[in-house]
Formats: sequence, structure tokens, C-alpha cells
Amino acid sequence: MAALTIEGVAKRFGAVAALDDVSLTVADGEFVAVLGPSGCGKSTLLRVIAGFERPERGSVSFGERIVSNGALHVAPEDRQIGMVFQSYALWPHMTVAENIGYPLRVRKLAARDVGREVDAALAAVGLTGYAERRPAQLSGGQRQRVALARCLAMKARIVLLDEPLANLDVHLRARMLAEIAAFRELSKATLIYVTHDQAEALGVADRVAVMSGGRIRQVAPPAALYRTPQDGVVSRFVGPGAVARGQVTQTFANGHSTVALFGREWEVRSAPGQTAGDVEVCIRPEDLAIVGEGRGFAARVARVLYQGGRSVVEASPAADPETTLSLSVDSGTATGIGRTVHLALVDGWVIPE
Amino acid sequence: MSGALALPWTGARRGERVAFVLLLALVGLLALVPIARLAQEAIAPHGVFDPAVFAGVLESPTVWRAARNTIVVAIGGTALSLALGTSFALLVTLTDIRAKKALVFSFMMPLMIAPQVTALAWINLLGPNSTLLRAVGLAPAPGSPHPLYGAAGIALLLGIEQAPVVFLAVRAGLRALPRDLVEAAQASGARPWRIVGTIVLPLAMPSVAAGAMLAFVGCIGNFGIPAFLGIPAGFTVLVTLIYQRLAGFGTGVLSEVAALSLLLALIALGGLLLNGWLGRRKDVRVAALATAAPAWSLGRARPIAEGVCWFALFFVLALPFAALAATALVPAIGVALGPKTATLANFHFVLFDYAATRRAFLNSASLAAGAAVVLVMLSVPLGYSLAGRPPGVRQVVGFVAELPYALPGVVLAIAMILCLLRPLPIVGFSLYSTIWIILVAYLSRFLLLALRPVTNALRQIDPSLDEAARMSGARFARRVATVIMPMIAPSAVAGGMLVFMMAFNELTVSALLWSAGSETVGVVLFSLEQAGDAVSAAAVAVIAVLVTLALMLIANAFASRTARGVLPWQP
Ligand SMILES: Nc1ncnc2c1ncn2[C@@H]1O[C@H](COP(=O)(O)OP(=O)(O)O)[C@@H](O)[C@H]1O
Ligand SMILES: [Mg+2]
Repeated sequence: MAALTIEGVAKRFGAVAALDDVSLTVADGEFVAVLGPSGCGKSTLLRVIAGFERPERGSVSFGERIVSNGALHVAPEDRQIGMVFQSYALWPHMTVAENIGYPLRVRKLAARDVGREVDAALAAVGLTGYAERRPAQLSGGQRQRVALARCLAMKARIVLLDEPLANLDVHLRARMLAEIAAFRELSKATLIYVTHDQAEALGVADRVAVMSGGRIRQVAPPAALYRTPQDGVVSRFVGPGAVARGQVTQTFANGHSTVALFGREWEVRSAPGQTAGDVEVCIRPEDLAIVGEGRGFAARVARVLYQGGRSVVEASPAADPETTLSLSVDSGTATGIGRTVHLALVDGWVIPE
Repeated sequence: MSGALALPWTGARRGERVAFVLLLALVGLLALVPIARLAQEAIAPHGVFDPAVFAGVLESPTVWRAARNTIVVAIGGTALSLALGTSFALLVTLTDIRAKKALVFSFMMPLMIAPQVTALAWINLLGPNSTLLRAVGLAPAPGSPHPLYGAAGIALLLGIEQAPVVFLAVRAGLRALPRDLVEAAQASGARPWRIVGTIVLPLAMPSVAAGAMLAFVGCIGNFGIPAFLGIPAGFTVLVTLIYQRLAGFGTGVLSEVAALSLLLALIALGGLLLNGWLGRRKDVRVAALATAAPAWSLGRARPIAEGVCWFALFFVLALPFAALAATALVPAIGVALGPKTATLANFHFVLFDYAATRRAFLNSASLAAGAAVVLVMLSVPLGYSLAGRPPGVRQVVGFVAELPYALPGVVLAIAMILCLLRPLPIVGFSLYSTIWIILVAYLSRFLLLALRPVTNALRQIDPSLDEAARMSGARFARRVATVIMPMIAPSAVAGGMLVFMMAFNELTVSALLWSAGSETVGVVLFSLEQAGDAVSAAAVAVIAVLVTLALMLIANAFASRTARGVLPWQP
């Protein structure tokens, strides 16, 4: 059964449509990342789920229970949602233990039980011994863990995380990402994780919802998102590579098509029911290969980025100099800025629509 | 996100909205109604527009002389405070001078100590009766006029009193200065002096000008200094003119003093509006990038700068108050202070034996405590409900609350008399000539001092702290009690202490509103000085200073937990 159902939600701030007809269904225990550039409405979506913002249209349900629709709006304090704020939102006048135990005290749990739950949550995030500290005496990573422990202790079935790693040092991020995965194992909660960093989103989530301009563009597992982006926005925002304009000349029943691109014809993947005509083609670095002169198409190398054993080469096809393709080559390959290479398309994806 | 504290009103009950409207009505009643009533009395004394009284006031040569004197001493005082306040702000914010805390604390003292007390201290320091100067044989000849009486002396003390106001404004401006602009100038090879002249001061100019305007308004409204240094010399400013008219002719001349007050209020309002305009002109791009200011090393000049600072503070602070204490410790004027003559009898007299001073201490303490408690209790809910309102509402309420504080106290006092002279509608008796009229006036005058720390503290609370409590299941009342209150309590209490300090030392308002039995400390100090009882006056003043100092130190004890900028003397 779905843990969370969002249907046709809209929310405006003055002239800005922060959310525009957003629908999303999240299964119980699922980990969904919401990915999109800054200002696309990710935080607003979380705040609508938590009840801090009231949507103008659409509905939000937890399981069978409707918590927001045109007629009804359950207050945040009655939703039992856990939230890890970007600033962590630890109360500075309370100790770590008091912060974690607060939701339990609000629910009038006996003091002894509160103590036990708090100790368990502290142990789970590896902060045993820090109970009596104040938030100000903790490092950024530790504060993050206290915020997680608070959600753990309140046994929230749905936990929302709003760019939880944005305030951390780069070297801490990988560690905290692992902790969030561990948190998920332990709590079995449904997680909605908001980020503008695609590496985070693709790395940990079961499914990723890509947002832009207040709309959800595509919801899919990371690999599907990478291999079969549904529109140009998603394909540009997720993963490296390029989008080039071409024509579908022929379609096959097996989900492949022939496209005319860079002065030649190639066979690439396409959605069932793809029709002939002008299209955009998503070309990932691994879809390109360097070939001998006379095969493939000529391209001029614009940049070479050395990355150890391999190098990223950026090149513009002679037939379409506006497009910048990138591919990964063995660093031993003889390429240099300004030189011409010959490339072949070994794979690709026709963007539907 | 707007950055303001989350609306406590999403789904708020009707009762909470009603409470907000009642609070607003109360603020209007305390702050706006009296001033509107004053304006009405001045230009429409009988309910219809009648400029005769106002025009008559403007025609009087006495009024013109007083107005000219007011502007002259205010300009002199502002110029001095500008020089002192700006240079001190530059020194404290931009250099590595040591003991900044102690320096700032001392520099702020003249603002915290009542002006009449400062005036009395200086009178005791430099006059022919100076116990201190006599001891070293430097006192002016007996009978010669006091060197501070008149315009120059008034401007000097006004300048010293208002210097902290300029200092606070300039320091705020300097703190908002982006470090990289200064560093870019350094990288261009400019020396510190040149950077101060070409980068720092031009960018801080709106703050300097705003500080000057505030100091100007403060100088215009000051009563204690011209009362002590002007009245004995026949030098009248508008504030003392209003006082003398009302004290001399009673409530019969209310329309006339209302017209005078309106004139004074208009001059002050001009300054305030100019200040608001300057505030808006501040370059927001500068404010948005604010980082810590640089700390230039003074190098070998540091001991010299420190020496100059401490010597100046010694001269304007320690010496006058030492003179005051010396006078308070001798049995009578003319007796030299020595181990044999020193006595605490004057303190005993004013605290226990003399009914008027004993009563005054009690009155001032009760008034101050009452005003502090009521205003804190009013400010916390008002501030919290304002936090979730649109900026427009917040600005209007802030301006209304600021009026009675920023306008000269005399204006407020006359306005209060006009409002409360006649019996109150429901209860059927008049508050005039009771102590209650002073309390009402204090509630109006010091509302801002209590409200500002609360709104400051609330502004500094991350809205997600309130949201995290909602997520935890806590409802409105519980959130206020467990999350909001603990975070703003230190600031609210500090605001209450500021109210107490100011109300305890207050003279301007109570000088016009007191009656037999409801004297305040300021009033008895004034009467004792006018009656020539210098030693008792000095003893009262010393006690007032000690109370102020004690309160400042107590407030300091929990300063680390208040919001930034609540205690003005905190570095
Ligand atoms: N409380 C608010 N008032 C006005 N505009 C808002 C408010 N909250 C968000 N917005 C606007 O809505 C849009 C989406 O904001 P947000 O959800 O915070 O984006 P994201 O979290 O993806 O960066 C932005 O254009 C933002 O300026
Ligand atoms: Mg956001």
C-alpha cells in the first residue's frame, strides 16, 4: 500500500507557481529522492507534505488517510511526520537528550520510557555519551545525527529530509549519506529526500523524482532515469552527456529507431510507439567511441580534462558545431585541443515527446 | 522563505486573533491617542480648527528666543557627540585596541545615567563650591558664576550624553561593512587612514547621519541638562519654557503649552523622518554582504590610543562623579573632605530621615518595577504575534511604539495631562495629580524599550525551530512555553531591566506630572538642587548612579544569553 499519495497539488507564492500540478505516489518503506535545481519547489513540496504550507489545489494522503485537500488541512503537529531541516533545527536551550526526547514528552510518554528511547536513538546514531551536550557544542555532522535521532525516537513513519548535507563539508557528506542509509534500515520509515545534487539522489534513492519549475518531470529508478530520460530537462539535469537534434527516419518494433545525426544514420534506443520526425537524442559519454578515419563523423576537440587513468574529452561535431559531446577515453589516447577525432554512436536514446 | 518566524496563526483560534487586536488597540491607546490629542489641542482647542493659539505662540519673542536657543545647543551637542561617537566607533570596531568591553561599557554610561545626575555631577566638579577643586585650591572665587551655566555648558553635556547614541548607530553601520571591500583597498596599496577616509566612512555615512539625527532629537528633548544649567542662568530652551509656563500658571495655559509642545514635536519629527529616510537610503548590497570588520593593528600607537581613551573617560566620567561623591560625603558645602569630615549622614538623611526623598525612592522604584513588569508582559505576546504578520503591519506598529520614546518627554507629558485631566469615562475619577498618571506615561514612553528586545530576539530565531516543534506534535501554547519563551526570555528580561533603569532615573515626564506625594527621584533631585541643598542632592544622585550601575552589571550577567544588540553597552 502507498505510504504517501500526492495528487494534483498546486501552490503559488504571489506570481510564482512553486508547485504546479504535482502528483507522486510513494510506497511504504520506499526511499524517494526529489532532485531539481534551486528554486524549483522542492522545499515547498516537503512543506506541503509536512503541513506547513496549505496547497491551493490537490490532495495529500498518508496511507488511506487524507491530510490535505480543498476542505481539510491537518495541522503539522497532528501528522506525525519526521523532518530533518536544512539547519537541523535543534533547540539551543535544550540538551541533546532533551531535543531528542521532546516529541515523546509532547506525547506524554512516561519519563522512564522517554529516557530509554532517547538512549536507544543516541546509540543508533553513534552519539552515546553526548546526551548532556548542548547543540552549540556539537560539530555539523553531530548535529545532523541528533536531528536524525529525533526522527528515530519519534518513530515517524514518514521522514522528510530537506537538503540535509548542504551545510556539511564535502568529506563529511559521503559519511552522512551512509548514515542516512543506515537510518533507513533501522527505522524502516518512508524517506523523502530533497537535494539539488544528482550524485546524492542517484546514489541512495530507490526512485528519483526530477523537478523543475514547480513540476515533476519524471519519477523513475536511478538507472532508468539515466538511460531513458523522458524529456530534455531531465536528460540535461541528470548525468553527463549531451542532447543533440536529429530526425527519426525509421522505427522498429523492438524499441529501436534509426536516427539521422551528424550526417549519418545510427540505430539507437527509443520508446515504444516512437514516430518518425524531428527529435532530441540523449548521448551519454559511454554511447560514443573513437573510430578510425572514414567511419563515424568528424569532431573537433574543444577541451580535455585529465582525470587520472581516464580523461574526459569534449568535442564538437563538424556537422553540428553548437553541440558539445563528451566522452571518456583512456588517458593514453592521443587527443589534444584543436585536433579532429572521428566518433561513432554505439548507443543513444531518443527523448520521447 | 520570508525568514520571519512561522505564522503562529495557521489554524489559530479566534481567541488568539482577538487578543492580537486588543494588544494593538492598547498600543494605539498608549502611544497614538495622546499625541493626536495634543495636536488637536494645539490647532483645534475647542474641537474646531483654530490656529489662533498656535499662531499666538509663534509670534511671541520669548518663544522664538527659546526655539533659537534649543537649536543652537542641539547643534552644538550633536556636533560634539558626532565627533566623539564616530571616532570611538572607528577605534572600537576597526582596531585591535584592548579592553573593548570595559571601554564600551564606560562609554555608554552617560546614556544610562540620568542627564540631571550628570549635570549635577559637573556642577559639583567645576563650580565655586566644588569640594574637589577646593581641595586642590583651583575652585573659582566664591560668588562667581558657574562656568557651565549657559549655552556652552549645556551643549558640552548634551554632546557627552548623546555620544553613545551616535556610537551605536555608527558601530552598526561599520559592522555591516563587507570585509572584502576593505581588503580590496588594502590590496590596492592604500594605508589604513586612507581606507577609513575613502572607503569606510563613505560607506558608513548613512549610519553616521542617522546617528546624528537621533542625537539631535535627543538634544532637543533633553530636560535635565538645560534645567540644571540653563534655568539658574536665565537661559531658556523650549523644553524648559514649557516646564516653566506649566509650573507657573497651571493647567489654565494648557492650550498654549500644547501649541509649544507641538512646535517642539514638529522639530523632533523632522529629525526622525530624516533619520528614517537616511535608514532606507542605506545601500542594501552592502548590508547583504556583511562580514566581520577588519581589526587593524595600531602597532606602537596602541598604548597612546588607549591612554587617550581612558584619560578622556576619566575626565568626563570618573572626575565628575568623584566630585559628586565628594560633595555627598561632606556634612555641608564649604567643608573640606578629609578622613575626619567624611560622613554618610547625607545618605542616611535622604534614605531614612527626610520624608520627601524617602518617598521618592519608593515611588520611583515602584513606578519603574510596575512599568517594567507590565511592559514585558505586554511585549512578549505582542512581539510574538507581530512576528507572523506582514512587514507592513510590523513597521507601522514599530513606528507607533517609537513615537512616545523618540519625541521629547515634555511633549508626552503634556499629551498625558490633556488625556487624563478629565475624569475617566467608566471609573469616574481623574488620574491627574495621582501617581497613576506617571505610570501610564511611563508605559507609553518605555514601551519601545521592552518591545524591541523581544522582536529582535524573535527575528533571530530560525523559523524551523518552531516548525520542528510542530513536527514533534507540540501545539501553540506548548510551543510558546517550551520553545519560544526560553529562547526570548533573557532578551525580554533585559528589556525589562532597561525599562526599570530608565524609569527609575526619569525626570522629564515626572517633572510635569508629579504632585505632592508622588515625587520621583528625578523630581526631588531637582527640588533639592533648586533649594540649594547641594549635599542632599549629591547623595540622592550618588544613590541613583549606584542603582544604575548595579542594574547594568546584573544585566551583564546574563548578557551572553540575550539576543544580539539587546543590551546597548554590550560589545
Ligand atoms: N514563503 C514564501 N514566500 C514567497 N515565495 C516563496 C516562499 N517559499 C518559496 N517561495 C518561492 O517558491 C519557489 C520555490 O521555492 P522552494 O520550494 O524553496 O525551492 P527549492 O527548495 O527547490 O530551492 C521559489 O521561487 C521561491 O522563491
Ligand atoms: Mg529548498
